Amino acid sequence: MNILIFSILTLVLIGAFSATILFFVSRKFKVYEDPRIVEVEAVLPAANCGGCGYPLCHGFAVACVNSDTLEGLVCKTGGLKTMEKVAAILGKEPVSFHPTVAVVRCGGSCEVRPQTNLYDGVKKCSVVHNLYGGNTGCSYGCLGFGDCEVSCQFDALHVNPKTLLPEIDEEKCTSCNACVKACPKAIIELRRKGPESQRIYVNCVNKDKEDSIRESCSVACIGCVKCYDECAFEAITMSNNLAYIDSSRCTICRKCVAVCPTKAILELNFPLSRI
Amino acid sequence: MILLNKHRFNKPATRIGIPVAYHISIQMKTFKMGGIHPKEHKFSAGVKIQPATIPSQVIIPLGHYLGGPSLPVVEAGDVVKVGQLIGKASGFISANVHASVSGIITKIDGHIDASGYKVPSVFIDVQGDEWLESIDKSPEIIRECTLTPAGIIKVISESGIVGLGGATFPTHVKLSPPPGKTAEVLIINAVECEPYLTCDHQLMLEKAEEILVGVSILMKALGVSRAVMGIENNKRDAIAIMTKLAKSFEGIQITPLKVQYPQGGEKQLIDAVMGRQVPSGTLPIEVGAVVQNVGTTFAIYEAVQKHKPLFERILTITGKSVKNHGNYRARLGTPLACIVEQAGGVPEDTGKIVAGGPMMGRALSSLEVAVAKGTSGVLFIQTMESARKKMQNCMRCAKCVVACPMGLEPYLLMNQSERSMWSEMEGDRIMDCIECGCCSFVCPSSRPLLDHIRFGKGTVGKILRNRHAKK
Repeated sequence: MNILIFSILTLVLIGAFSATILFFVSRKFKVYEDPRIVEVEAVLPAANCGGCGYPLCHGFAVACVNSDTLEGLVCKTGGLKTMEKVAAILGKEPVSFHPTVAVVRCGGSCEVRPQTNLYDGVKKCSVVHNLYGGNTGCSYGCLGFGDCEVSCQFDALHVNPKTLLPEIDEEKCTSCNACVKACPKAIIELRRKGPESQRIYVNCVNKDKEDSIRESCSVACIGCVKCYDECAFEAITMSNNLAYIDSSRCTICRKCVAVCPTKAILELNFPLSRI
Repeated sequence: MILLNKHRFNKPATRIGIPVAYHISIQMKTFKMGGIHPKEHKFSAGVKIQPATIPSQVIIPLGHYLGGPSLPVVEAGDVVKVGQLIGKASGFISANVHASVSGIITKIDGHIDASGYKVPSVFIDVQGDEWLESIDKSPEIIRECTLTPAGIIKVISESGIVGLGGATFPTHVKLSPPPGKTAEVLIINAVECEPYLTCDHQLMLEKAEEILVGVSILMKALGVSRAVMGIENNKRDAIAIMTKLAKSFEGIQITPLKVQYPQGGEKQLIDAVMGRQVPSGTLPIEVGAVVQNVGTTFAIYEAVQKHKPLFERILTITGKSVKNHGNYRARLGTPLACIVEQAGGVPEDTGKIVAGGPMMGRALSSLEVAVAKGTSGVLFIQTMESARKKMQNCMRCAKCVVACPMGLEPYLLMNQSERSMWSEMEGDRIMDCIECGCCSFVCPSSRPLLDHIRFGKGTVGKILRNRHAKK
């Protein structure tokens, strides 16, 4: 019986002694963390996608709390609602931003851009890009092996087996930038979603001259400058035989779509026009 | 098991009637680490070099060698003669480009090269065959070279000579060692370890004396008294001719080497000939060696003694089902389709067309690709042979580790490349990889080791260059 009491007492004493030491140590080395960081982190989507440019959602929460204004701090995955909540917690002005979505700027499906050679190596875009120009006549276009599909953690991107082009699910896409980084040909771009998701963009990244493009792909931008001349808002710029539509200036008047001879300018989510 | 091995080891020495050459080949020099011996298939050996027909249009690429692309000095509409300068070197590690035909320049535009990407190229419509007057077209062999070492290097750099073995590194850069380093030995690479290719072999048979004069010019330029020419033992006739002729030249030694791939690699050849290992991440000059290809040596002879810049090269057209395989002397910029037609056209059962040899060559995406300075041959591989086998799991047999001539661990590098572990790859010396393909060749699970390693090497190389640029 004595042994039992003795050992219990010893343990209690050791415990009390250690607790006292730990108490003072924790006082001495205490790191102050803003309690708002935890609150902000709680309203963030916890996707840890890195789309904001900070490591993990915690990093973004720290940046939000530490900065004076919320200028330039955007959680694209959470969207405007999340940012409003964050602003409410921190007592700062919510900054409005245009929601963006990833777009694939290549329309070279199997029909319009025939294969010129067969590739039988490793089925990864990055490996193919490192090795050679690709299995079609266009060395700028989509390779179709789906590095972007692997990189997407929101299941928003799938390569269509018929066209061999990636297709983006607008509902699921959070514009986290992962597919943009994964694409070795730099085809995917984050563009403004536009009013009612209506948007116009040049569906091509080929920088070759007209005569050589025509053979390889029938829907490529040939750099004919017709859209550039047509645009009244200076939204279209030309460089290296390629037109680019600046989404911040575009008013979605759709005049450029009508003049494009190769149908390289794509319009999305517009109601069908009556003829 | 031990008994069996012992028996096999003793076999050549104890058996009566063994060929002498085989007996010698056991003691012949070779590199120490790794290596394989694929089937040689040198069908076009001994076929005389024939001039390829000049096409109606040539497309001369401006950036077809290691280093910065050259800048065009001509415009569309200009009339050029054979040997005229059309592209000027854009820096120290870059080379001049000369017109290979006479005619009118139609345009300067992008054209696909062996990699499938477009490179700026000069399109020339051929009219006649008018050479620059300064080029000596006579077949006479001039042995005396009156130029100073600096003068020789200047001529070589002006003539746009690059390594013709395949890596296409500008030769004048190799001949100007960095300050503080001196060359001791000049090594001539006449190994031609790639299966199928015979262009260097045939060149040695036909132009042996010119090559040896080229070697002595190179020795003068480098200021070395000793040159060693390494030739693999499957080219006995070339070894015989070279050894006979080399007696009249001072300091040139011919070394027969055991047949082993990739002996033509710079570092492997230095190991085989001199027994010295080049440290990781350094150049051969570190161990006092400068390596030049035998084709380059001939081009140097022509440039220095005949004032002929580099505008043609010898390439092998070969393959199991090719009708007239042979060695052709083609002008740079000739579309491969023209030369292939001369050799009997594309065989019916072709699965892959490769520019270069089967081990390190590139599968072509189109025959519109023009002959570049590094195109050593066109190889037609049959459909059955070219098909890749189904990939299976790695069973850690370490055959790739044994075969790797650089002492790397290919199975590990492939895994790291798949998982984007770039810093680990850098630590495992990925930049030492010479992309010889021994690992993929020996893998019993037919894993695409080289595909992944080459991608990893490219990515790590980019990271290293960025880091270097920041400093």
